[in-house]
Amino acid sequence: MHSLAFDIAHLLAGGMLVLSFLLIYQDRITAMLNVFALQAVMLALSVAWQAHAQAAPHLYVTAAIALVVKGFVVPAALHRIVRQLGIHREIEQVIGGGPTMLVGLGLVALSIMLVLPIVEGVDPLAREDLAFALAVILLGLLMMITRRNAVSQIIGFMSLENGLILAATGAKGMPLVVEFSVAFSILIAFIVFGVFVFRIRERFDTVDVSALDRFRGERGDQG
Amino acid sequence: MTTVIAPLDAILWIPAVAVVVLSFVPSYRLGAAVNVLASGLTFAAGLALLVTERTRSDILIVDDFNIYLVALTTFIGFTTSIFSASYIGHELEVGHLTPVSLRFYHALYQAMMGAMNVALVANNIGLLWVGVEVATLSTVMMVGIYRTPAAVEAAWKYFILGSVGIALAFFGTILVYLVSQEVLGEGLSAMAWDRMVHSAQKFDPKLLSLAFVFLLVGYGTKVGLAPFHAWLPDAHAEGPTPISAVLSGLLLNVALYALLRFKILLAANPATLNVGLIMMALGLISLVFAAFMLYRRRDIKRLFAYSSIEHMGIITFAFGIGGPLANFAGLLHMTMHSLTKSAIFFAVGHVAQVKGTQRIADIRGLSTSHPALAVGLALGVVAIAGLPPFGVFMSEFMLVSSSVYRQPLLAVVLVFGILVAFGALVLRLQDVLFGDPTGPSDRVKASYVPLFIHLALVLIAGLWLPEPVVRWFRAVAAQLG
Repeated sequence: MHSLAFDIAHLLAGGMLVLSFLLIYQDRITAMLNVFALQAVMLALSVAWQAHAQAAPHLYVTAAIALVVKGFVVPAALHRIVRQLGIHREIEQVIGGGPTMLVGLGLVALSIMLVLPIVEGVDPLAREDLAFALAVILLGLLMMITRRNAVSQIIGFMSLENGLILAATGAKGMPLVVEFSVAFSILIAFIVFGVFVFRIRERFDTVDVSALDRFRGERGDQG
Repeated sequence: MTTVIAPLDAILWIPAVAVVVLSFVPSYRLGAAVNVLASGLTFAAGLALLVTERTRSDILIVDDFNIYLVALTTFIGFTTSIFSASYIGHELEVGHLTPVSLRFYHALYQAMMGAMNVALVANNIGLLWVGVEVATLSTVMMVGIYRTPAAVEAAWKYFILGSVGIALAFFGTILVYLVSQEVLGEGLSAMAWDRMVHSAQKFDPKLLSLAFVFLLVGYGTKVGLAPFHAWLPDAHAEGPTPISAVLSGLLLNVALYALLRFKILLAANPATLNVGLIMMALGLISLVFAAFMLYRRRDIKRLFAYSSIEHMGIITFAFGIGGPLANFAGLLHMTMHSLTKSAIFFAVGHVAQVKGTQRIADIRGLSTSHPALAVGLALGVVAIAGLPPFGVFMSEFMLVSSSVYRQPLLAVVLVFGILVAFGALVLRLQDVLFGDPTGPSDRVKASYVPLFIHLALVLIAGLWLPEPVVRWFRAVAAQLG
């Protein structure tokens, strides 16, 4: 018999996974940003619930950081960048929505089959969270691979980090040092990404990473 | 918690203070001087660390394994800062770089050095991860410094692949904590590496094995092991040469060091999966793949980047075999490769500057036009190709002989890979050194001191290893199991 704490944690983590699927097939950048913001809010709720269930008040800080930074600040800033770059148009995908969803389903099955049998000893709350977190991480990876646009790759990466934080807070009593470092790294990552997006824009008038391919050093006479 | 000692504080605080100071120094010349000074002081502290007593806390640890790597890292950081001063000075003169784009170059350099030291002395596996992550992010910024399309692409690729790698490594770290807190209880002590090794036998082997797979892919990306190596040649070729030198000479080592710490952890629990087997396989794949890739290179920095993949493959293979002799060879090779490869990049940096190109086909007849550089480059290539009397020959010989004894079939593959790479280097670089001179032959204000100090050390190590070093290598080889 599962407790209420378990059911709610399960629901919230499952919600994040559903939002990951929504992210995968969004083909407009603005819609993607909104879904990502929603996922960050879901993450904040999930972390806050863990804080309550584990009686670990410091996790509320992590939840607040996720809510404010990833739920509001980062999406707002990216909306701005997207408007400035004038890329409200559709995103091209390397493979279409259907096959991507199927691969995504496969990845979820993989992570459940990988984690659940192995983590028998650990308490069920952490175990289910871990399976969900791995699925969110793998879907984030999938998104980074299938998208060619720099902004969507950033979103894929941040969604991947959502999964990481879900895993970190699911592990009982993980020291605060680590959570802070993760929050910090997201900040740094954002700055770096921002710099790059601007540079890419400056140089090529496009943020489509595939446009960079022809500058590959080994091709043609350039090598 | 024990009190931490002065040299340990110094190797962490000097770079930290230098980062702050350097971000307020607008002048390039002053920045370069402060950079050399800070790197020199850190090196002195790194040397002092060699003779101080071993300490530990739940956050930091000083043991036989990391002191020598700290000394090596701070030494190469110091010599590279001297090389960097003359290299970047020339780039400014020619106008390849502007003072604006160099504004935070030195601060980032110190951030990278400090982060690598943090990673090396970290006992907390979370802190280890932070160190590797910060070092990577600061090199990403420096790789993109030329702002050419190729440089931006290289930096972007490096960043994306590096972030994915580091994210997977973090997931692995969480899994390790999850295993450890079952036994050691919640909190900081469950992330202390030495406590974990002590109680590793009680850990859940299946979850620990799963964690290692994530750590291997994560940190393995940083090491540049095939098939996760795609970022490495671009980052080496498009970034400024001092950064290529520290990437090859130091950052790859630090990532491998992180992996080895976890290898020790898994070795302490016999029920886990056989880590050595996976490392041998990845090492040999990297070696053979990179050896063949060497033949098709047209860019001289890219050539030596692939040579770094090849050598990291050899080192990973050595640690994969394990046992006293192979581990000894691996440690020695790690040291020799760092010294030799950074020396080669020092030479290549100046060569590319005098000839104004990195295309191998356009660099001809160095021995006539720039004899001193040609001697430096030739000695470096002879050393890295594994010819006697240099140190790389010693370590490769030891590795081959121990693998003939332990894994005769794999030894054939190992020797084959080394020979293929040797052929490629000779083929590619013969004309660079001895062809008819082409291109400009102006004198260059090169700093030969770091280059020849490195080569001299590699030569000395090939002829005679000092007794304390041998004893140290033996102790660590035993620790690595």
